[in-house]
Amino acid sequence: MLQFRTHKVIYRRYAGLFFSLCVDITDNELAYLECIHLFVEILDHFFSNVCELDLVFNFHKVYLILDEFILAGELQETSKRAIIERMGELEKLE
Amino acid sequence: MNPFSSGTRLRDMIRAIRACKTAAEERAVVRKECAAIRAAINENDQDYRHRNLAKLMFIHMLGYPTHFGQMECLKLIASPGFPEKRIGYLGLMLLLDERQEVLMLVTNSVKQDLNHTNQYIVGLALCALGNICSAEMARDLAPEVERLLQFRDPNIRKKAALCSIRIIKKVPDLAENFINPVAALLKEKHHGVLITGVQLCTDLCKVSPEALEYFRKKCTDGLVRTLRDLVNSPYAPEYDIAGITDPFLHIRLLKLLRVLGRGDADASDSMNDILAQVATKTESNKNAGNAILYECVETIMSIEDNGGLRVLAINILGRFLSNRDNNIRYVALNMLMRAITVDAQAVQRHRATILECVKDSDASIRKRALELVYLLVNESNVKPLTKELVDYLEVSDQDFKGDLTAKVCSIIEKFSPEKSWYIDQMLKVLTEAGNFVKDEVWHALVVVISNASDLHGYTVRALFRALQTTAEQESLVRVAVWCIGEYGDLLVSNAGMLNVEDPITVTESDAVDIVESAIKRHASDLTTKSMALIALLKLSSRFPSCSRRIKDIVVQHKGSLVLELQQRSLEFNSIIEKHQNIRSALVERMPVLDEATFGGRRASSLPNTVSTSSGTAVKLPNGVAKPSAAPLVDLLDLSDDVPAPSSSGGDFLQDLLGVNLPPATQSEGTNQTPKAGTDVLLDLLSIGSTPAQDNNLSTPDILSSGQDNKPIIASLDVLAAPSLTHTTSSTASNMMDLLDGLGPAPPKPAENGPAYPSIVAFESSSLRLTFNFSKQPGNPQTTMISGSFTNLSSNLFTDFVFQAAVPKFLQLHLDPASGNSLPASGNGTITQSLKVTNSQHGKKPLVMRLRIAYKVDGKDVLEEGQINNFPRDL
Repeated sequence: MLQFRTHKVIYRRYAGLFFSLCVDITDNELAYLECIHLFVEILDHFFSNVCELDLVFNFHKVYLILDEFILAGELQETSKRAIIERMGELEKLE
Repeated sequence: MNPFSSGTRLRDMIRAIRACKTAAEERAVVRKECAAIRAAINENDQDYRHRNLAKLMFIHMLGYPTHFGQMECLKLIASPGFPEKRIGYLGLMLLLDERQEVLMLVTNSVKQDLNHTNQYIVGLALCALGNICSAEMARDLAPEVERLLQFRDPNIRKKAALCSIRIIKKVPDLAENFINPVAALLKEKHHGVLITGVQLCTDLCKVSPEALEYFRKKCTDGLVRTLRDLVNSPYAPEYDIAGITDPFLHIRLLKLLRVLGRGDADASDSMNDILAQVATKTESNKNAGNAILYECVETIMSIEDNGGLRVLAINILGRFLSNRDNNIRYVALNMLMRAITVDAQAVQRHRATILECVKDSDASIRKRALELVYLLVNESNVKPLTKELVDYLEVSDQDFKGDLTAKVCSIIEKFSPEKSWYIDQMLKVLTEAGNFVKDEVWHALVVVISNASDLHGYTVRALFRALQTTAEQESLVRVAVWCIGEYGDLLVSNAGMLNVEDPITVTESDAVDIVESAIKRHASDLTTKSMALIALLKLSSRFPSCSRRIKDIVVQHKGSLVLELQQRSLEFNSIIEKHQNIRSALVERMPVLDEATFGGRRASSLPNTVSTSSGTAVKLPNGVAKPSAAPLVDLLDLSDDVPAPSSSGGDFLQDLLGVNLPPATQSEGTNQTPKAGTDVLLDLLSIGSTPAQDNNLSTPDILSSGQDNKPIIASLDVLAAPSLTHTTSSTASNMMDLLDGLGPAPPKPAENGPAYPSIVAFESSSLRLTFNFSKQPGNPQTTMISGSFTNLSSNLFTDFVFQAAVPKFLQLHLDPASGNSLPASGNGTITQSLKVTNSQHGKKPLVMRLRIAYKVDGKDVLEEGQINNFPRDL
């Protein structure tokens, strides 16, 4: 966890990748660690055993997931199932 | 197929970029790709537009400029199909930010999309809006978003809620509109909507106090109920994380309760039960549980006081501290630091655990723990804590030692119950980590030692022993050398033995030995060697039998390349040889350094740089006193901090006089304090000015520095003796006069009359500047000065320019001079008015640096100086 003026960076390492979040100083760090983990789980589920290349080649899908998960700087949905469902629906449209 | 035509698929481009081996290759690929995209944009190519934008986004993520694609985003957003819109909005969010004007053009499209029948498109629009809308867009589109807060589809409601968060952040005035819908949202069953509603509520309360009031009254109970249901809810696989149902919702609810409960007793009361329940029931073996507990603790600490809950919270933190996970310990330490201000007692109970953390392997935890320990120290636990810390000092690693030493020293200083303990601990610290000890710390030690007269013998023996065992720590050597010089006789005679000491026998030559080894060590730096020289001089007086040997040692430095050592060596040599009669008087015990003064000095922390204007030449006492004021100050300052660079040493002289006069806590002040004060002053005045080179020497030099000038040396007689009536030499009486002139003010208000004596501010061989003062009756802080320049040489000065600089607490205003040519030999004068405002009137006297430039026979001359002899009360 790094601190910088009004914000701090919370990160978690998964193999060769670092997932970092920049949050307010007053926020609960442990909660965001959970948040990162949930996000990675969703990615894992969606891409079926996600690897780094998946993220690179499908960045627009990653953003789609992110848009369903976090919006305007706050958590949008905490249920993995709900997000995956929604992604399914959106995929059908594309 | 040309890999870089618009026809390339996104994948292929990505593959091509990743296949590049060097940065230059990659740049080339990207450049070609961008060119193709630009061409396609120009042609208004419909088919591949979204593919191109996707490529553009990838390129943007790599860090290349992509502003040419911004209009493409708009076109894509305006197109009817979902995939195009999707890419368009994504491009919008990635490639633009809220400051771009292009964003305004999108407003209309977004508005239409918000009203679209396809809810996924509405979702897209809300998403984009929520992420990057600007204030104007927010204002325009707020009504739409409000409407959508009540849409039937929960997904849209969620997004609308979060979008509203951004809107009210950007445009706080609109907050009122959202209050009512939010109240409805808080009753939702759907977790997603509920959590977004809670978040919106939290932000509303932060932004608008009315909202806060409203929610506090209406919704607190509902929220408490929701939280209770959540905590007690059965296993729900959908939201389960680590055995807890939707920890994120827990945390958000707790946060909202915190915002609602802060500052309001009723709300806090209603929360107490549920908080207690959460705090006790939540399992803490997984991170999710810990996260909830952490939030709970934060909430407990922020809401209105409830002793039981607070203790519970701090106990939880204590449990965290023993957790193996570094993150959790770090977080706990942070919180404890904040908790100390609220309830120090409870935190004290966990002192032992915190001490353990100081020794942790992780550097950031160590630092936090050390700060926490520092905050925890008070009079009752200072001894064991310090012992622990000092023990740890021995084994800590280098980079941590600096921090640790600084903290330990300041703890010792602040809380030491008695002097002997202080000296003991400092000795230990010096032995272990003397090299990390800052100069002001060991100066303080010296001051304390000199004040603890009953401990002199003990101290000097302890230092002697320490020096025998370890001589690598520079500060230790310096303090030891100083003490041995001062109290060598006590060392040898074993005077003042305390019960806890083992007797040691030290002969005079042992003492001299050890000081000699300090000089001879290669690792000793200039300060140490200089201190050793003066210590030897003192010893030569206290141990006459070793005098010859000492002289030989001193003489060895006669040819030293360093001016300071050479000078000292020569002068001391001559004192030893030819001036036996005054030698003893010269090196009598230093008068006790006033701790109060010293403390005040450090607090005011004026710099210690010796004013270079002081020369070493022997001058009249008058002349000497003023420039010597700088080293005097340094002497008392004993501090190496350098803030306020424009402040000068003269301050100290005045300060010294000033500080000594009001009820001084000086221990020796049996006679009237002014006398004692001026004693010290006299002593200091006698210590001659040191050469300009001393700028980079630390002040202890001056503390123990020798005397350069015989006339001044002679007057030391007076100084050493406690009474002012001893007037053996005319110079002494001159100095007395001088001091009387500078004399103490507060007890004698008569001197502070409205008429201030004029001073000769600056005098050189060719120029004199006199200042006359006056003050406005109602404005004591401002002084009008009328300066008058007189040319003492026989040449005409032309282009005469006077400049002055003052330290930050003074304000200076210079009026134009009466002229800029100064006739020779005092045949005329130039006058110039100054106005000085002293924001620290009464606390700090005036001081000013001058720079005078003029031409003589066409050649430029520059004179610089410093005025330290302002009347004290200006």
